[in-house]
This record gives sequence, C-alpha cells and structure tokens, in this order.
Amino acid sequence: MAIRTEELLLNVGPQHPSTHGVFRVVVHIDGEVITSSDPVMGYLHRGTEKLAENLTYTQIIPYTDRMDYVSAMTNNYVLCHAVETLMGLEIPERAEYLRVIVMELQRIASHLLWWGTYLLDIGAMSPFLFAFRDREMILDFFNELCGARLTYNYMRIGGVKWDAPEGWIEKIRNYVPYLRQQLIEYDALVNGNEIFLARLKGVGKYSAEDAINYGLSGACLRSTGVKWDLRKDRPYSIYNRFEFDVPVETEGDCYARYLIRFAEISESLKILEQAVEQFPAEGETMGKVPRVLRVPEGEVYVGIESPRGEIGCHIISKGKDKPYRLKFRRPSFVNLQILPKLLEGETMTNLVTILGSIDIVVGEVDA
Amino acid sequence: MSDGIQKDQPTPNVEPVIEAPAEPVQLHVWHQLLVDRVSQDAVISCVPNAKNNDLITIIVNPEHFLSTATVLKNDEQFQFDYCRNVSGSDLETHMEVAYYLCSMTLNHEVCIKATTNRETPEVQSLTSVWETANWNEREIFDLLGINFTGHPDMRRIMMPDNWVGHPLRKDYVPLDPEV
Amino acid sequence: MADYVLSAFTWQNGLLFFIWTVITLFAVLGFVTYAIYFERKVIGWMQLRIGPNRVGPLGLLQTVADIAKLLMKEDIIPKAAVRDLFIIAPALTFVPSFVVIATIPFSESITFADLNIGILYYLALSSISTIGIIIGSWASNNKYSLLGGMRSAAQMISYEIPLVLSVVGVILMSSSLNLRVIVEGQLGGVWHWNIFPQIIGFVIFIIAAVSELNRTPFDLPEAESELVAGYHVEYTGFRFAFFMLAEYVYVFAFSAMATVLFLGGWDAPAPFLSFIPGLIWFLLKFSFFVFFLFWIRATLPRIRVDQLMSLAWKVLLPLSLLNILLTVFAIEIHKWIA
Repeated sequence: MAIRTEELLLNVGPQHPSTHGVFRVVVHIDGEVITSSDPVMGYLHRGTEKLAENLTYTQIIPYTDRMDYVSAMTNNYVLCHAVETLMGLEIPERAEYLRVIVMELQRIASHLLWWGTYLLDIGAMSPFLFAFRDREMILDFFNELCGARLTYNYMRIGGVKWDAPEGWIEKIRNYVPYLRQQLIEYDALVNGNEIFLARLKGVGKYSAEDAINYGLSGACLRSTGVKWDLRKDRPYSIYNRFEFDVPVETEGDCYARYLIRFAEISESLKILEQAVEQFPAEGETMGKVPRVLRVPEGEVYVGIESPRGEIGCHIISKGKDKPYRLKFRRPSFVNLQILPKLLEGETMTNLVTILGSIDIVVGEVDA
Repeated sequence: MSDGIQKDQPTPNVEPVIEAPAEPVQLHVWHQLLVDRVSQDAVISCVPNAKNNDLITIIVNPEHFLSTATVLKNDEQFQFDYCRNVSGSDLETHMEVAYYLCSMTLNHEVCIKATTNRETPEVQSLTSVWETANWNEREIFDLLGINFTGHPDMRRIMMPDNWVGHPLRKDYVPLDPEV
Repeated sequence: MADYVLSAFTWQNGLLFFIWTVITLFAVLGFVTYAIYFERKVIGWMQLRIGPNRVGPLGLLQTVADIAKLLMKEDIIPKAAVRDLFIIAPALTFVPSFVVIATIPFSESITFADLNIGILYYLALSSISTIGIIIGSWASNNKYSLLGGMRSAAQMISYEIPLVLSVVGVILMSSSLNLRVIVEGQLGGVWHWNIFPQIIGFVIFIIAAVSELNRTPFDLPEAESELVAGYHVEYTGFRFAFFMLAEYVYVFAFSAMATVLFLGGWDAPAPFLSFIPGLIWFLLKFSFFVFFLFWIRATLPRIRVDQLMSLAWKVLLPLSLLNILLTVFAIEIHKWIA
C-alpha cells in the first residue's frame, strides 16, 4: 500500500542565508526533492530606470553603483560607455587605462566574493574569510583612488573623476604576484576536495543550446563550451591591447562554472599586469566634455562583460541632458531565468548549490 | 565603422535610409530576405543606426513579428540564436519594444522593433523563439503595460501583484510625488 | 566509587550521588564553556581572525557572557507550535547526552558507573537524543525545522549501525562490553592500543561519530545555508541553549568514548611515561579528538543528504562488517598459533 504523501510548499527567502539578498524562490518539495519552483523577485526594485529619466547623465552614475553593488565599476562603465558611444567622445589614454585597471580589479574582487560566499553555501566556512582578506585589499585600493569602498561613483562621461594617487599603480603591481600566490593556495585548499567535487560535479547541468536560448552570459554561458566574452568578441575600451585567455569549460555544471570563475581571476591578473606595465606616465583623465552634457538625439545599446555576464545599457535620447529612456540589461536577471528549469527534480541542498553557481546579485536582478 | 559624430540621423522612413559611407553590406540583403521569407509587408523600415556602430535596426510589422523572429532565428543566413537584450519604451505617441539579437555562429547583430499603440498595447511574444524574452517581457508588461500575446506566464514580476499602473509610462503618476 | 553504586541506597549515599552528579555536571558545563571558547579561538586562528578577546582576560569569559545572554533572553514559544512537545524536546535532547557520561572511565580511580554493558548503555542512550530533536523539529511547526528533523532521523538511523558495528571489533578483542575492562586490555604502551589492530573500526567510528554529532561535514540537520538553522530554528533563549549544550556534551562524550575504545584511555603511550597521572593522559588524548572536530569544521564543506546516505549504507556498513570478519579471523588464528 502506498503511503499518501503531500507536497510541501516551502518559501526559500526572502530572508534566507543562501539567496544572497532579498530574493525568494517558492518551491514545492516532495520529501527533499523539488517538483516545481517559482522565483519571486522585486523586493529590491528601486526603479532605477524610472529614476534615471529625471536625472542628468552624470547624476545617474551613482545609481548604477547600487545595481550590482559588488561590481560597481563595470556598471559605471557601461553607462559612461553608452553615453560616450552616443556622443562619439574621445577618452584620454590615461583614463582608459585607469578604467581597465579598476574594472579588472573589480572583476577579481567580485569573483573573490563569489568564491567565498559560494563555498559558504556549500558549507565550507574558512575560504570565505580568506577571500575577504584579499578582496579587502582591492577595496582599499579603491578607497585610496576614489574614497569609497563599494559604491565608487568613479567614472564620468568622458573619463574618470580621480587620477591615480602617487604610488597607487605600484601597489597594484605588487598585488598581482601576491594574489597569484594566494590562488595557488586556494586551489590546493578547495579545488581537489572530494566532498566539494561530489557536491558540484554534474549538478545544475545544461547544454550550450539551452544556455544560448536562455540568453545566459558570462561564466554561465562559457561553462557550456561557448567561447563568448564581450571583451574579445565585441572589444570595447582598450581590451584589444591586452593578451588574455577566455576560460571555457564544456560540462555545463556547477563545477565548470566554478572553474571558469576561478580561472578568470588569473586572467584578470594578466590584464592588470599588462595594464600596469603600459600605464601612461602622465596625461589627462577627463576628455573634452561640455559642462552641460547634451546627448544628441538617437538610440544606442552597448553591452560589456561584467563579472556576472553581459551588462548592457540601452539609451534613447531626445537631445536633452536627461535620458528619455534608459534600460539596463542586467546579467543576473537574465541568467536567473534558467533557475526553475534547473531546479526540477533536484534536492533542497542542490537548490543552494545551483543558485550560488549562477552568481546573482539581487540589487541587479531587481534594479 | 561610424565614429558617431555624424549629423543627426533623420527619422526612419518606410524606405531604407542610405548613407553612402557607413552602410553595412547586409542591409539590403536582409531586407530582401525578410520580404521573401516572411511577407511583402513584414518590414516597415530597415536602417543602420549610425550612433550605434551601424547596427541594423529593423522595424517589423507587428502582425508579422513572431514569424519574422522565427525566420531570423532559424534561417541559415540569419541564425540569430542569441537574444542580448529586450527593451520596451513609451515614446508618448506610441509604445515600442526592441530586441537586440546576435548570432553566435555568424557573429552579426541586429535590432528588431515592433510598435504598438498606447491605449491597448499589444505585441506578439517572442518567448517561444528565445527563452530570454520570458522574464524580460514580463518586466516590460509590469513596468510599461505592454501585453505580450502568446506569452506563457504574463504576470507582474517587479511590482507587487496588486499594483495599479505601470511606472515606466510617461504619464504615470507616482503614489507619493515627493519620492 | 563503583563500590558505592553497589552498596545499599541510604540517605547518605543518595546525598553523595547527588553531590557527585552536580560536580560532574559542573565539570561538563565547564568543559562546554571552554570547548566553545577553544573552538572559536582555534577556528578563528585558522581563518586569520583573532577570535573572542574582549570579555575577560583573553576573552575567557566570552562564553559565560553568551550563556548569560541566552538565559536572560525572552523565551518565545511560537503560537502555532505544539506547546508541550516544544518544551519537552530540549530536555529530552540534553538528558541522555549527560547521562551517558556516567559510564566513561576517566582514570583508574575516576569511574562513576562500572557497568558490564557500558558500551551498549552508551550507544542506546545516545540515540534517544535524536528523538528529542525530531520532537522539537515537529513541534516547532516550521517547515525548515521539520526538514532538519527528518534529516536528523535519517542520519541517526543510518549512522547508528556502522557506529555500533565498528565497535564490535573492539568488543571481540577485549571480550567485554565493560569500558573499564576494555581500557585495561589496552594497558602497557601505545603498541597495545586498539587503534592499530582496529584501524578500520577506528576510522569508521570517527566518521560515524562525527555524523552522530551533527557536526561539519555532516551537519545537515542544521545546515545553515540550506535550512537556515535546521531543527532549532524556532528555539530561543535557554531552550536553544539546551540544544547547544547537548551538542557540546556529545562532543565531550564522543571524544571520551574514542579515547577509551581506541587510544587506551588513561594509559601512558610508553611505560616510562607512566609517572604522569592517567587523568592527564586521558585529557590529552581527549583534547586531541575535540581539536580534531573543530579542525575539520574549519576545513571541510558539507556533504549532501543522498551522498551522506550512500556513504553510510554502501561504504561504512560493508566495511564495518568486513572489519568484524577480519577481527574474528585474526583472533581465531592467534588462538590456533598459541
């Protein structure tokens, strides 16, 4: 005789340690197996796009900081880049280098944060603190550069707000070999751990077709073998001057995504090394920009590679100093779409593993 | 490649606007292809966006939006398998949705648009073509009130389910004007 | 002391028992207090932190302050909880954890109850705690805690078996269930200890014990990142403190048990070191196990439920049966040669 069982409706979130913010997944579970799930978001929706319509372009920059708050520099950049493309502005060499340096530092900081919190999700506690130690140094660099640790408001349309203080570049130069050494240690600490491999391998698997169909980007896409990195495929800024690889894995599971993010830290270090080497000794950090920015009428969409994937900015301008319509393509939001598909038939434990491997920032999901 | 400091682009006509130096080679080819594969009146306009690296922007007849999208994805010469971005906007005279597409295999891009009226805005959903569109269309529905026909799950996504109005509309009156 | 237990129960003896119990309770509480302090310090150092250093000299009073805070907290019983069960669960979890300590021989002289079925008593009582956990998780009327309780039950049932079977080898070797006799069988230096002939049993025992303790990497019932806090999610104040206390008393009990069964109890590693009192040796070995538990907590990620189950049934159970078989053969061959 079969025992009558009932499905349990479980609200994971909005206050839950592993949803990385105020995000909710309503799951139906049968025992511990998820039968269906429905992500619910919007708890952090601040209406950035609506707010932007009443702000001048420069005033919008601080709002972008608060979207993906662990990768504010790339957000700054995508807005500036979009406006600059629309206006056809020339960016001074030194500013371009500063931008690339801060963006790559930000990528490392973001991946380190992800690395630590992901392992915390898996149940390993120590790597979190190791990662935060190294991330802390990057935040200190940013602090020295622009006086903020998280929401930098560093870039401006036409350049950057602050020049590198004396000795700053030197510090970055020294940081690169330091972090390389640390990465070797982290690799030895975590990457071969049996429990860790058992938890990640084969979990949350999808094919390249699915990844493309769902519009995934960043590590989520590259984990399926699609070599797609906007820094290479749609070069922006001065990325074509640097040599770096795009790590690709073919498995499409959580472990592949883990390996890619881990490898991307090393690649960013390569870029940093070259950028610091080529850094122009002097020069302007702001291009020739009119005092009141009047962006010509037109429409533009640009996408850049943020740590989480393609972050895009779509601007419709009517020739005013404020955008008529501003839309951000947020990688976390788009990448998250595949979640219900991945969760079907998985256990509660894998929910955490899979959600963590997608690497969302709720500020960005909700914008 | 355009450097972006050209004179302002004229408003889109029914005929493709031809700008001699910057015109992408595919422009006429694609236009013709769509006319052949979909319908004579499928394309309303097909222009390069000089401000955006000459991205070809096709305004599609809303009646043929879904079939055009299907052709764009499946046709051998298009193969737009990847949807980069979906935007909706309220242009006060009408509503507009824009899909930025990209082909991973052929490495080319396009932007397709469909327009609709403001009173009962309705566009065919492209979720069946690109899964990416799913939540993006829900977001546009939520914030702009454009109804996507054929969408599997047309609900609000950002705002609470009982919210009245669509905040990104230009005539939206905030609950508390102070904020 | 064992004589007292056997003597007639008078007022005098009863008072003596009571006093001894209170002393043990305080010893155990003292242990728990400083085990928590030690854990936080050790893990802190492993994680490049300082650990508690504010309350009292070197932060030694930190746990005392924490316990005081827990005791003074408002006692919240959720409205939808099953009140009686909710109240009884922490006690039901804690009492067995304390009672099992009675059988453990700490040195030649310090033994409380010299039971002939010491191992059985220990293993049987320690599984009662799980009932407390399940009751608490059910009574909380919270889905997360229910999941935690279910996990706990499944885990306990699965790991009790390899745990008991892993000890069978030791029992066969010393032909006794009495813990004192088991230690006495190992006296005379490190080469007599059970850890070497029973190395398979030892490894299984440690794995199963960590799992029974619900500690990393087997801390699924309270997996923070998945079940928020697992079975005690609705508990606050001193009821929560009881669950915590039970967990740490089990750390005490299992470390003591491992020392007795496999590391020769109070025996000195070599005969010339026996001028150091047995209790010190016991405490050293015991502390090593306690440290070991904290060490793996700072190192390992958490295993998944299904992996936990397959580890118990597919790996540990056959291995422990094999261990029994090997032990039996070895003993018989040894007899035959002799």
